[in-house]
Amino acid sequence: MMNDPFARIRPWFSGASLLWPVLGLLTLLVFNAIYAPGFFRLELRDGHLYGTLVDILNQGSKVMLLAIGMTLIIATGGVDLSVGSLMAIAGAVAAVLVTQAALPFAAIVGTTLALTAIAGTANGLLVAAVGIQPIIATLILMVAGRGIAMLITDGQIITFEHAPLVFVGNGHLFALPFTVTLVLLTLGVTSLATRKTAIGLFLESVGDNEKAARYCGINTTLVKVVVYAFSGLCAGVAGLIATSNIKAADSSRVGEMMELDAIFAVVVGGTALTGGRFTLVGSIVGALLIQTLTTTMYNLGVPPAVAPVPKAIVIVAVCLLQSEKFRQQITSWFGRRQA
Amino acid sequence: MSEPLLNVRNVTKAFGGVKALDGVGLTLRPGEIHALMGENGAGKSTLIKVLTGVYTPDDGAMQFDGRVIAPRSTREAEAIGISTVYQEVNLVPTLSIADNILLGRQPTRFGFLRKKAIKQRAEVALARLGLKLDVSLPLNACSMAEQQLVAIARALDIQAKLLILDEPTSSLDEREVEFLFGVLRRLRDQGMALLFVTHFLDQVYAITDRITVLRNGAFVGDFAAADLPRLKLIGAMLGRNFEELESADSDPSPAITEKRATFLEAQELGKRGVMDNVSLSIAPGEVVGLSGLLGSGRTETAKMLFGVLPPDRGSLSIAGQRTSIRSPRQAIRLGLAFCSEDRKSEGIIPHLSVRENMILAMQASRGPLRLLARSEQDQIAAHYIRALNIKTASAETPIMNLSGGNQQKVMLARWLAMQPKLIILDEPTRGIDVGAKAEIEKLVHSLRAQGMAVIFISSDIEEVVRTCERVVVLRDRRKIAELSGAEVQPNRIMNVIAHHDE
Amino acid sequence: MKFSTRSQNLPLYATMLVLLALFSVASLRYEGFFSTRVVANLFSDNASLGIAAVGMTFVILAGGIDLSVGAVLAFTTIFTATLVQNHNVSPFVALPLALAIGTSFGTGMGFLIQRYELPPFLVTLGGMFFARGVAFVISQESVGITNATYDKVLEFGVPLGAEASLSATALAFIVFLIAGAVLAHFTRFGRNVFALGGNENSARLMGLPVGATKISVYAISGFCSALAGVVSTFYKGSGNPADGVGFELDVIASVVIGGTLLTGGVGTMAGTLTGVLIFGTIQTVLNFDGRLNSSWLRIAMGGLLLLFILLQRFLSRHTAAVR
Repeated sequence: MMNDPFARIRPWFSGASLLWPVLGLLTLLVFNAIYAPGFFRLELRDGHLYGTLVDILNQGSKVMLLAIGMTLIIATGGVDLSVGSLMAIAGAVAAVLVTQAALPFAAIVGTTLALTAIAGTANGLLVAAVGIQPIIATLILMVAGRGIAMLITDGQIITFEHAPLVFVGNGHLFALPFTVTLVLLTLGVTSLATRKTAIGLFLESVGDNEKAARYCGINTTLVKVVVYAFSGLCAGVAGLIATSNIKAADSSRVGEMMELDAIFAVVVGGTALTGGRFTLVGSIVGALLIQTLTTTMYNLGVPPAVAPVPKAIVIVAVCLLQSEKFRQQITSWFGRRQA
Repeated sequence: MSEPLLNVRNVTKAFGGVKALDGVGLTLRPGEIHALMGENGAGKSTLIKVLTGVYTPDDGAMQFDGRVIAPRSTREAEAIGISTVYQEVNLVPTLSIADNILLGRQPTRFGFLRKKAIKQRAEVALARLGLKLDVSLPLNACSMAEQQLVAIARALDIQAKLLILDEPTSSLDEREVEFLFGVLRRLRDQGMALLFVTHFLDQVYAITDRITVLRNGAFVGDFAAADLPRLKLIGAMLGRNFEELESADSDPSPAITEKRATFLEAQELGKRGVMDNVSLSIAPGEVVGLSGLLGSGRTETAKMLFGVLPPDRGSLSIAGQRTSIRSPRQAIRLGLAFCSEDRKSEGIIPHLSVRENMILAMQASRGPLRLLARSEQDQIAAHYIRALNIKTASAETPIMNLSGGNQQKVMLARWLAMQPKLIILDEPTRGIDVGAKAEIEKLVHSLRAQGMAVIFISSDIEEVVRTCERVVVLRDRRKIAELSGAEVQPNRIMNVIAHHDE
Repeated sequence: MKFSTRSQNLPLYATMLVLLALFSVASLRYEGFFSTRVVANLFSDNASLGIAAVGMTFVILAGGIDLSVGAVLAFTTIFTATLVQNHNVSPFVALPLALAIGTSFGTGMGFLIQRYELPPFLVTLGGMFFARGVAFVISQESVGITNATYDKVLEFGVPLGAEASLSATALAFIVFLIAGAVLAHFTRFGRNVFALGGNENSARLMGLPVGATKISVYAISGFCSALAGVVSTFYKGSGNPADGVGFELDVIASVVIGGTLLTGGVGTMAGTLTGVLIFGTIQTVLNFDGRLNSSWLRIAMGGLLLLFILLQRFLSRHTAAVR
């Protein structure tokens, strides 16, 4: 260890380091500061802040929420492909309830989130109790969920003008979009719940070495079921926002491909797909990175549909950085040069 | 005597400074069944991997069939004529028997598989072993014994001159072993050389002509099986000179303390396919050893008690209460702790810090919501780092950066922090340096003094004798004797292991 | 022992039974369902899905996954459509070029997965983003194809009785399915794929070319996705960068419902065909029955997925217990 010339920089490449995602985000911001005049301009109108930065926070809120739930699942060594479909279900349920049932808004939100949490629990049971690989277990709901959402809305796009529901995705609080409050609240509660209790430690233990965790007396099955349920809950909130944004439940489009963005945010944020150490803040930075990338491309006049290209490059680069084999190859190149 | 087929001389192989093989030799003749014996860490599997091209030796020479060889891959070794059947049968269970025998060398015509020819060739290969199976069946429809034979058939199909069998009998029953031995004898009579790795003494004497013994990576000797009494073989494996054993007074085993109420009592515990039958009882302040050779059921006994492999027969009572332990959680609640011999896959949580690894079991028993205060965690970590003399940069260092001995001490700290009533230590001193070994032995003595019950498992008989006041001796997955007090002597234990039936 | 023999083929039989039941019930319920025209259309309408499923079967048999198939399909459609329509390139040049690009793309992903031991899930996810983005770089809009060669191919058909005929795309599907079946079940390469998915470590110790096999299955999948894209340009008469969103899910679902174990090592091309036909039959039923909307297709596929995954899980536990 002592003779390792890379000892000092090695930690940057491994574990849940915030360095790379933050560096990536800063690079993008600096780039925008130079090439996109007005990028940092903020304007206060009617007590509401407006500007590109605010848009990034607002538009990135859904992926940030999903990424919070996804981080915990990935920490246990799993993955949840169903969150996009669960968003569609949440949107459909909420839209149908606000247009067809005379319920208090709290009850509507409660019902919606309870349903997505139950769906998440089903994922968790398939993974933890039945023992099916996470990718496969959550694929089922990914395929069927969108159909269920369409069934709830009877294949129609249901529009609504229900004020409280519209507020969720479009309202402002403390001068900022309400979605920012939702993200901060979820992040705060989740951080406290994982770090001020032993839940975070248990998650990391299960993801890092499940057998050893079981031998320590941790109920690994319960731990897993809980994180999938929680991810369902986060997807529910994200679904409410997405539906509220467009004031309509569009079951075939809401949350489309968003599971992949969420996984992407988590991996870029520094939590390894193999499980173990996780960082919630890293995942939020990862989600912001994606959104800033998309917005930057848009500002440059690149059509939004092309935005996936740099995303692809970033994800493969991050994978390579985490690959033991790749690092060995780089080190051996360096070694040869020095010798 | 015929010319040797294989002649290995002075082979050395080190991994990161630790010598796994140190000047080892091995000589095999055609038409000979040769046993390779030694306890864990003796270097058996490293030697096999050198022979089969998985590892390249750092030093030494190998001659095969009159030529100098240096295989660099399994494929190359097979081409030379060295074929291996591994313990965990390295075949593809989902493919058919015929596929498994011929994978990679199926007969083809214009690039297409000749299914009939494949079937025939597979049947011929099996017939050579005196076996008739429907070769179109998937391999996972076969018993372990049949799979083992299919693996041998695959090895024979390449016209191997030397067949290496790595613990082929560890999951077979008696009848299956008999059949396998019939096959091996037939191959020997056809002039093949067989290298047979096992830890079952009876089997060694039943089938082998010569025995090579390794210990701690070094060559101990090459003996004719007929000239090597069991006791001498065991002495060679465990590092005791037989003559010395006869005369010398070993360190006295700790005196039996006065009898206290039994804490745990296990009656005829067993689990199908894991353990036949074991009974033991232990009182607070007692250290009971589990002794026996590798594969005798030491670890399995520990895992049955700790709920990892819940027993399916026998009875268990703890503090006078009948109970059954179905999970580690339950075992921990009842005051048990288990320090696994497989530190890497069953002990450490590699990326977590020393502190987190230490408090994990304690935290798990408190439940997820009542987090141990950070100050308390730091205190526990600091206490055990000092008390057990753990060498780590800090309590926040990831445990994977520690040496094996220090990782082991962290594992001990994890369980001691729980203040268990009974702690099971499975090979707590394996793979750690001499200083750490002595410290762990000392620790066991102090635990006894504090009134903890300790089940101590080790393949180092000296260590067992020094540490334990009672020893349960296991062989072939059953308890064969229990020694206590003055009977706890190395030669007594080895005698029991060697001559139980006679 | 006898039970286990059957148990490995049980998912395949179960799938075939499901297809038979679906088709019988639909034939009894809907007039005109039981006809050669419906059967011929099953093959034409699902040619893209089927061809991509052949490639995916290889990847899944080898224990991997390929999420990029939908995006590669979209890239291929817009690439060929733009070349043929806007740049007047002959289809005889454009199509082989598109197939070569798809194959190289798959090979590249396979290389990353094999050489650097990266998770196939993330690499092909990156591949998906990349191919989709590049498709939109080529064109933002759908591009229609009017081309003499295309017309000739579209006119072609093998008559089946009086009222039905097999289109060129259906034929392409059938030819590729057979080619895939031969490659999977009758060559050394195919056996190596099964061995790799069944137990990679064993395959390596048996001296099989593990690395080359792994890269090859992704190359095959890349080729098949591109071919599925080419077929789609014939079927739709256009190329669209937004084509095939979620297509990979349909493909994976069809393969798994066809009895191929997602963990690798077990499966058949006959099963994949059955899975694709089940997908097609459900879609046809939805077309026949105006009262059912398309959401039922997804729900039915999800339900079947759950059923078959549980069945596989039960069977693998059973064989483990027998051992």
